[in-house]
Amino acid sequence: MSGFTRHRRSGRIIATFSGFEADLLRSLASQLVELLRNEAAAPREHADPLEAMLSFDGPTSEPDDPVLARLFPSAYADEEAAAEFRRFTEGTLRDGKAAGAATIIDTLEDAGLPAQLGEQKVVIDVELDEEAALVWLKSFTDLRLALATRLEVEQDDDAFWRTLPEDDPRSQAHDIYEWIGALQETLVDALH
Amino acid sequence: MATTSPVEVEPDLTPDEVTLTAKPWVTIVWNDPVNLMSYVTYVFRTYFGYDQKKAEKLMLEVHHDGRSAVSNGTREEMERDVQAMHEYGLWATLEKS
Repeated sequence: MSGFTRHRRSGRIIATFSGFEADLLRSLASQLVELLRNEAAAPREHADPLEAMLSFDGPTSEPDDPVLARLFPSAYADEEAAAEFRRFTEGTLRDGKAAGAATIIDTLEDAGLPAQLGEQKVVIDVELDEEAALVWLKSFTDLRLALATRLEVEQDDDAFWRTLPEDDPRSQAHDIYEWIGALQETLVDALH
Repeated sequence: MATTSPVEVEPDLTPDEVTLTAKPWVTIVWNDPVNLMSYVTYVFRTYFGYDQKKAEKLMLEVHHDGRSAVSNGTREEMERDVQAMHEYGLWATLEKS
């Protein structure tokens, strides 16, 4: 993996992915979009069902899904203040994160990633301006947070992952998590 | 709802202390096992406009102490900062300093 570099003459940030790598990124980004758009935001408790139907308020309680709970943490220790903050921010944050992941998908497909990856060998050249690179950078964080939450990654647990048998499904998922981390490292470097 | 109490300024406070009194909220960034040290430093530089040295110092505080107060200001300002940190995927909260 060579990752991202800044093209010296154009100043653009570029990377080359194999069809397999690009397809993997697309698949993870799609799953994140689906989770953000479909996993209903925690419904607000309404005493009156009519009031509930007419309410367009944002959610006020922490999402049930642990990935969403990590992506949208409570901003205050105080429950009421946290609910109020969430009501005004979670919708916007969800939209932003979904749009970021969708940008990754669109960019890869515009660069030639076919809808279905067949037998043919494809090489995906990605070229990003500064703004798009920042969108990718943030979305890589979301993808890594999502994977790490599902895998229950903890501080300094490298030894555990190293000793996990290769046929353990978590082992492969952890390799993907590490791969996106390495990619992100090159992207931070390129943006400096 | 939480309420803010009126800010009382003692007549004998120095200007610095007055400034502190008027900025009673802080944004706290918490350590997590996922975010890269280089990324967290990058976020502090990019969003807060801190220089590399300050951004690194705050990042290391988060890493070693588990948390760091990365900005201070009014409650509204800190809510904006916390929302931005969540946008970047950092685990942030706000509290009274």
